[in-house]
Amino acid sequence: MIEIDSLTKQYGAATVVDAVSMSIASGSITVVVGTSGSGKSTLLRMINRLVEPTSGRVVIDGRDTATAPGHQLRRHIGYAIQGHGLFPHRTVAENIATVPRLLGWEAARVRARVEELLRIFQLEPGEYAAKFPHQLSGGQQQRVGVARALAAEPGVLLMDEPFGALDPIIRGQAQDDLRDIQRRFGTTVVLVTHDMDEAFRLGDRVAVMTRGRLLQYDRPAMLLKHPADPFVSRLTGTSDRSLKLLSLTTAAQAAEPGAADGPVVAAEASLRDVLSELVWSGAADAKVRRADGTLAGRVTLAGILALGRAD
Amino acid sequence: MSPLSPLRRIDRLGTLLGLAGVAALAVLPFVVFKENRIASGSARSLAEALPGGLGVGLAAVIVLVALAAALVRRPGARLVAALVGLVTVALAVGRAADALTPAGNRLVRISPGVGAWVLLLVCALVATDALARLRPGPAARVACLALTAAAAYAAFALGTFDHLSIMREYAVNASGFPREARQHVLLALGSVAAAAIVGLPVGIACHRAPRVRGPVLQTLNLVQTIPSIALFGILMVPLGALATAVPLAAELGINGIGPAPAAIALFLYALLPLVANTTVGLARVSPAAVDAARGMGLTDWQVLTQIELVLALPVIITGIRIVLVQNIGLVTVAALIGGGGLGTYVFQGVGQTAIDLVLLGAIPTVVLAFSSAVVLDALVDVIGRNPQ
Repeated sequence: MIEIDSLTKQYGAATVVDAVSMSIASGSITVVVGTSGSGKSTLLRMINRLVEPTSGRVVIDGRDTATAPGHQLRRHIGYAIQGHGLFPHRTVAENIATVPRLLGWEAARVRARVEELLRIFQLEPGEYAAKFPHQLSGGQQQRVGVARALAAEPGVLLMDEPFGALDPIIRGQAQDDLRDIQRRFGTTVVLVTHDMDEAFRLGDRVAVMTRGRLLQYDRPAMLLKHPADPFVSRLTGTSDRSLKLLSLTTAAQAAEPGAADGPVVAAEASLRDVLSELVWSGAADAKVRRADGTLAGRVTLAGILALGRAD
Repeated sequence: MSPLSPLRRIDRLGTLLGLAGVAALAVLPFVVFKENRIASGSARSLAEALPGGLGVGLAAVIVLVALAAALVRRPGARLVAALVGLVTVALAVGRAADALTPAGNRLVRISPGVGAWVLLLVCALVATDALARLRPGPAARVACLALTAAAAYAAFALGTFDHLSIMREYAVNASGFPREARQHVLLALGSVAAAAIVGLPVGIACHRAPRVRGPVLQTLNLVQTIPSIALFGILMVPLGALATAVPLAAELGINGIGPAPAAIALFLYALLPLVANTTVGLARVSPAAVDAARGMGLTDWQVLTQIELVLALPVIITGIRIVLVQNIGLVTVAALIGGGGLGTYVFQGVGQTAIDLVLLGAIPTVVLAFSSAVVLDALVDVIGRNPQ
């Protein structure tokens, strides 16, 4: 649980972050989205005190972050940034071992943790541990950057545009991997991006910022259905908002009892994909099949359409 | 189409150098003979200097080296040929001096003539060219330097060149030479060490505070533009006054003339390259790496010593190489104000119109500067091999 309480940062006369308050649930992914200069990165960097707040406070799991020295605090909070920031003079293994070594872990424990993380991130330790960052591809570098941030098993992971430097295909894969790993470790992730699609794809909750202020902080569907501000609807885009809304719900979630004549769709398919399938096949309904082959029920065209608009 | 027509097989640079060598051998004087150190010399050709088999042998070696330079393409073989030529010419000059010196005569001066110098230069150029093509690694370059030093030491220990004029000058100055050489090295190394101790923190400050950077670098730049003799002169006044006002300073050796103003001037000259290179080296460090380091909980000191300085080190060492080579040369001028060092011989030699005495100061200075450049370049290569 991260409690952010009227956090403010001023540089001279300019207020970069203006009295932002929000509460971030443990084990969730919160995405802070905004245009450049919105103050989203500064907000993130005040959580681990890379930037000292002018006023307000941050409480993580009941402890005020201002009570410990900044570098001590940061050793217990994961931090991953755009362009990975790997140390070019250190090997992959040494990079990942950075924080565990700072915390004084025993060598054997550090080695075991490095190998575990390399395997989780699909980097065979024998092949990659001794390589230098410049010998890796962009996607591999980014994975090592996230592995390094998670090395000391932090409860909180802060990510500043972590996928910004990746091409779209690798970025999608990296986003899926992050989701898996976040579920696996139960890490509380706070991620900053300017990419609304990334926010919808990853965020359990999305915070929209502009000019230092927090405009709306809610579940993605609520941002689409009930934007708090014209700026939010501009950012989310209005022309395809119904399709975006449908992409947030899976067929399994929308399935109702009953038989259907139409095609079979996977339970984890988004309603957006199901709609596309129905339009393409000319059918009015579809069977929803779980991964184990059993049927979960049906979705109808009318039912999908009803879910694609604000209640 | 044949990739190598007969004409293209010929190495143009090698041919030119080989022809120059053979011509020098045939036409130019091999050694110069003087009745005493300030008499005007008379030239001796190879045939006069080394009559009989030795001269013919040298000529044969030179012709072979010239052919190798023109026709052999493998750099390793070219290097061996050039080194054989270099050693042969050097030994022949020493042998000629032995032969031309009347027994027991300590007054005559025999020095290498233009021909010998051209031959040495030609062989050295072919060797350098071959070395450049071989691209030896840092360890190999330092090993080459060490081997050369060992060979030179052996030649001096065996007295190979004892009858050459420069060694005659050395014999006269043998008691003072080690002291001046040590003083030279001390002044150069000491000023660079002091400049590194001061320059590194100043460079770090310039990197951290952009407002400081401009004024500091401009001031140091200004110092750099003052000619060395002028700077020595400028320092004489305040240091002389200090010595007069504070007797303790004078007792410690701080005075208007002597090593103190020399050391201070050399220190000032060394500051700009060190501060500038430290600043540039730190600026080159990836900001993302520094941000990540801080974000993971490294302290400011850890970020500086484990990340920033390590990544900036090749550039900083390059700065040290620049100032060390620069100061080894500049120390020579310090002799003018009583600072000592090998420059003492240069200025004495100029005063006495004894060119051999000038060389006694100049050649070791060049060797020192060259050797430190080779060693520090190797160091930069070793450190810089860490990917940036």
